[in-house]
Amino acid sequence: MTTGYFFPHRHILGIDHLSVDDIHHILSTAESFKEISSRPIKKVPTLRGNTIINLFFEPSTRTRLSFEVAAKRMSADTFSISASTSSATKGETLIDTARNIAAMNPDTIIIRHSFSGAPHMLTRYVDAAIINAGDGTHEHPSQGLLDMLTVRQHKGRLDGLKVAVIGDILHSRVAHSDILGFTKMGSEVFVYGPSTLIPHGLDRLGARVCRTLTQAVEDADVVMTLRIQKERQHDPLLPSFREYARRFGVTREVVALARPDALVMHPGPINRGIELMPDVADSDRSVILDQVTNGVAVRMALLYLVMGNAPVSG
Amino acid sequence: MSSCYLIKNGRIIDPKNSRDAIGDLAVKNGRLVNAGEENIDDAVEVDATGCWVVPGLIDMHVHLREPGEEYKEDIISGSRAAAAGGFTGVACMPNTRPVNDNRAVTSLILELAAKASTRIYPVAAISKGSNGESLAEFGDLREAGAVAVSDDGLPVRDSQLMRRALEYAADFGLAVISHSEEPSLSHGSMNEGEVSTRLGLQGIPTVAESIMVYREIALAEYTGKAVHIAHVSTAMSTELIRSAKKRGVLVTAETTPHYFTLTHEAVEGYATNAKMNPPLRSEEDRQAILQGLADGTFDAIATDHAPHSILEKEVEFDAAANGIIGLETSLPLSLALVREGVIDERRLVELMSVNPASILGLEAGTLSVGAPADVTIINPQIAFHYTEDKVVSKSKNSPFLDWKLQGRAVLTLMGGRVTNNLLN
Repeated sequence: MTTGYFFPHRHILGIDHLSVDDIHHILSTAESFKEISSRPIKKVPTLRGNTIINLFFEPSTRTRLSFEVAAKRMSADTFSISASTSSATKGETLIDTARNIAAMNPDTIIIRHSFSGAPHMLTRYVDAAIINAGDGTHEHPSQGLLDMLTVRQHKGRLDGLKVAVIGDILHSRVAHSDILGFTKMGSEVFVYGPSTLIPHGLDRLGARVCRTLTQAVEDADVVMTLRIQKERQHDPLLPSFREYARRFGVTREVVALARPDALVMHPGPINRGIELMPDVADSDRSVILDQVTNGVAVRMALLYLVMGNAPVSG
Repeated sequence: MSSCYLIKNGRIIDPKNSRDAIGDLAVKNGRLVNAGEENIDDAVEVDATGCWVVPGLIDMHVHLREPGEEYKEDIISGSRAAAAGGFTGVACMPNTRPVNDNRAVTSLILELAAKASTRIYPVAAISKGSNGESLAEFGDLREAGAVAVSDDGLPVRDSQLMRRALEYAADFGLAVISHSEEPSLSHGSMNEGEVSTRLGLQGIPTVAESIMVYREIALAEYTGKAVHIAHVSTAMSTELIRSAKKRGVLVTAETTPHYFTLTHEAVEGYATNAKMNPPLRSEEDRQAILQGLADGTFDAIATDHAPHSILEKEVEFDAAANGIIGLETSLPLSLALVREGVIDERRLVELMSVNPASILGLEAGTLSVGAPADVTIINPQIAFHYTEDKVVSKSKNSPFLDWKLQGRAVLTLMGGRVTNNLLN
């Protein structure tokens, strides 16, 4: 445990407001929590008596379970609400939902929502610590952090690396968090995908938009692949998955362009055979499952660190 | 309640009479009379020293929400906000519930307007229900008192319908006001650019507006009829209008105070009071708007005053309604342009009174003897803090809340009746 560093954030809304020192501190804290998950009795009393609510308005396997596992291993009491079975189906607004939950005095609310800025909005209306588990196409900070932890573990550092991100950048909050995070820590992010899936002004966020796959992947230390999302109704972004796979799919040949010790990463879930070929996903360069393991540790760290900034009552 | 006023020693700025000089203005029985000649012994004297005396300001683009959404604003409350902002007349858009596409709604609006603090000029719909399928009855609407037609809130998707609207409206002396937006490009909640990418919000590109602006210009040019472009927000639209005017196309255009004052950076923090359609644009666009105000490309400043309650605004950004109020902040923000040398005082009066009156064919925008006594007295120096408790409108959805503003209307006279008085 790194002591002596004052972590100033009450909420975790995005990578954008975290400093380099904040990120180092989170990752180191996560490292120290990691071994708890390999003990026979995977439990420490650190967050005993804490109430943590998972408020998920979008489906999730990894993130939700990861936060729950993290909380329970630290002895907190966790509860999960998913939108489809909540009063949101009766038309209750997000603010009302959050306020009602807050009236039961949770310490932390973890929220995933399809609207960018929803977690920001909640900080104005409720007292609990808010952790963003993914908001619209804005950010997914815990994912960005676990990606950085994974890279740091394998490469020993986070600066001076070439990180290639391939796929649907436009709709990927993970990509945004990764771009912000890796750039902040001193690495260069090279982005490649169909032009329809590259957002306007991405270079202002710090990414290098590449014209060819080779340009993006050549000598990369990390090849991060993003999931291709289904077509949006009013937006003809791609003609077919088949064409995407042929032109942009990450295959053995693509990975061969990167450094020999490059890591293959993916936030999951994977569309096998479309953006990532199965043999690559399962190869020994793939650290996809390490990402998931690190996710629990990072989330334990986040839950622990925001608790340190709870207002003192009295 | 006096019917005679003698406004003394103000700087009278009256472009239609090429007048800009210190002088006196006299009002008798609702009309302007000759200050020197008329016998107005019992007149109330108003000391306008240090103030400008201008023809009553006209906002040619407001939403008063009545009939149908009176909880946001109604004709009376909206007119009070207008009077507080120095306006003697406002043109109200037809996207009410029901839509103002018929004589009955127009008549209702005018009936309610009789008790209002400003003159209300109804803009009726271009198409029945504003559904973009068939023309509304322009003749009937004109007779009922409409001054213009627009499907504002929505674009007219069908180009043939817009062409017919330009042709048919001209027969009845109705201005046609275009909400220029290509709908298939408009899926988003803010301007498309580095801010929307950073905030993870879907963006609306500038071309969504300029493509339709060009269509309207092309139709106006082809038919030889006039069109007025509402709420222009982009550099490209400004340039299209500028070059069309040079070619002699009968196009006029308005922009709003928020497009010349703010940029998409104002959305930072997911501020729903910075969400409107068309959205706030980049700094380059804002500079182009300023240039267009300075060089005559724009004919009018209009607010697109769009009241919404907390039900519509205190929600997630994507779910929030589009629109901000503007009647009370328009004049101070426009006066800043004069202070900064973008426009001079005469041009300000043209943008906020003379030209709106001319585009809508109103008996207004002038201080000629015999004209209705619609007068706005402006103190360009006075400072005030625009806080939420001071907002006159029913709705408080303004990005200028808490701003320290300079310059405002200190007296508004409509038909010789005082509707707003800070002088005392």
